[in-house]
Amino acid sequence: MSTDLIYLVTGAGVSMLGFRGFVTRAHLFWKILGINLMGSGIFLILIAAPPRLPGGEADPVPQAMVLTGIVVALSATALALGVALRVAVRTGRPYLEEEAGDPVDHPTAASEIRREME
Amino acid sequence: MTDVALWSTAAVAGPLLGAILTLVRGRLFTQLGLAVAAASSLLAGLGLTRIVALEGPGRHLLGGWGAPLGIELLADGLAVIMLLTTAGVGSAVSLYATAYFGDVDDPGMDVAPGGRAARFFTPVWLLLWTSLNGVFLSGDLFNLYVNLEILGLSAAAVVTLAVTAKATLAGMRYLLVSLVGSMLFLLGVALLYTAYGTLSLEGLAAAGPTGVVPAVALGAMTVGLAAKTALFPLHAWLPPAHSAAPAPGSALLSALVVKASFYIIVRLWLHVYGVGLVGAGEGALLFLGALGAGAVVWGSLLALRQLSLKRLIAYSTVAQIGYLFIMFPLLPEVAGGVAQEGEMGWRVDAWGGGIYHAVSHAFAKAAMFLAAGTMTYAVADDSLPSISGIAHRLPMSFLAFGLGGLSLAGLPPSGGFVAKWLMLSAALATDRWLWAGIIALGGLLTIAYVLLVMRYALEVRETPTAFRSVPRRMEWTAMALALTAVALGFRAVEILDLLDVGGAAPW
Repeated sequence: MSTDLIYLVTGAGVSMLGFRGFVTRAHLFWKILGINLMGSGIFLILIAAPPRLPGGEADPVPQAMVLTGIVVALSATALALGVALRVAVRTGRPYLEEEAGDPVDHPTAASEIRREME
Repeated sequence: MTDVALWSTAAVAGPLLGAILTLVRGRLFTQLGLAVAAASSLLAGLGLTRIVALEGPGRHLLGGWGAPLGIELLADGLAVIMLLTTAGVGSAVSLYATAYFGDVDDPGMDVAPGGRAARFFTPVWLLLWTSLNGVFLSGDLFNLYVNLEILGLSAAAVVTLAVTAKATLAGMRYLLVSLVGSMLFLLGVALLYTAYGTLSLEGLAAAGPTGVVPAVALGAMTVGLAAKTALFPLHAWLPPAHSAAPAPGSALLSALVVKASFYIIVRLWLHVYGVGLVGAGEGALLFLGALGAGAVVWGSLLALRQLSLKRLIAYSTVAQIGYLFIMFPLLPEVAGGVAQEGEMGWRVDAWGGGIYHAVSHAFAKAAMFLAAGTMTYAVADDSLPSISGIAHRLPMSFLAFGLGGLSLAGLPPSGGFVAKWLMLSAALATDRWLWAGIIALGGLLTIAYVLLVMRYALEVRETPTAFRSVPRRMEWTAMALALTAVALGFRAVEILDLLDVGGAAPW
């Protein structure tokens, strides 16, 4: 039980750290990393929290779920990073601007460089 | 039971197969994929409806594997109604999209360089369709989670298909909100599995979750899902995202995507926790209703202040989502403890009204977004002044917008009228005048912002704006959706009967 408890507390701690990062950091990469940490913490909870089967073996169902969850998290992270990159390219900065006025299309770094060279 | 197996599998596998087909380049495969998805969804919806109506709820264990590891598909009245709604709206929007993205040159200002959006809209949308059907048929929490994630990812991708900086930012924000919402949902799933050792909705309902851990789980899941549904005050991401997406995407997001997370909230609150909410849960039901009321008032007032057509419609979605949540406090338990048989008439009303609103709003809002998309396509601008006089150029789109607005405002005869009438009568029957007042006020505000758009559209302008001719298909698909929203007002009895099949309500 005590091992499980360590995992459980760690899981809760990690997911809270992740959430804190998501809320407090403005940079999109940190926000995405924060969501990932939240997910990892919850996976840890999912592994550690359910009671063991009679005989002391771990319950296989949560493990199957976490495996699926990792796949989901991977694709979510890939998409989020892709969109974040595009935000950086289109607006010139990797942040979510707040409602102050409509965001303007920013010349991409590549076109900027090209213009400088010409 | 083999029919249930066939149709429930087809509902999920058909759109998925279609999505894969559309990844092959070329117009032929795009159309083939859409046809496969639409045909399988429509047939599955009708087939399951027939079974549910005649024989009661159906279930199918995929591959013969039951709980806890297998995937169970469940079809009851509520599920098939949502399936049919998705099939109807989805097919019409698909047809619209083939015309909207048809010429790669220039579909409107929101997809300016065009090619990418035109190429990737269909696969992303069909993946979205797969996950919608998956959500409606899922019988356990974990498959709900997986489908919810696919839904969130593909919905955010629809927004980012538009290439403007505005759309990219809106899509990014939507994606982040959606991912955090999914995490909260997963946390709830973990807590419930820990407490009860099962994930199946029926198993959990039978266990009758009460106590601290299930309450925390429900809280976490509800907050996550409410953020995805854009329930006031978690709605800030919706107007930019829904208005920045390409027009067919806007229609799908507002009509269907927000309904999927609402559907899960309904399943959880009424079917899984239902009985446990009598007494202790009344405060929570009232709280949900209060947020809904806030959404109706706030969303409508902001809709009136918008200068952009699509943003106005998006704020209207925020407001109409509020009605879905006003349903909760009008549900019977709050009215007078555990119900008596004789009071059945009133209890069905709020429930039926809420679901009827979800359905008729889906058709009406899709029609309005498609019609608005046609108008902005024609004038290549999204501001209200730029569409002035458009009613003379695009009468059919204008009419579709108007009919959609008629249903949205709850004017008879329309689906929206039935929904609001049912909710209003439920409120009045239990002497809750405040709720009745909010329902009525929301209707008036809806009329106001629909008329605001119409006033611009009907203006007679002397200097004609630049006008691009519009494919006919974009006009009549919106019209078909609007007419369906109105026609729902004539078929209320059958639909409400269908809704009652199979534990639609826990009492």
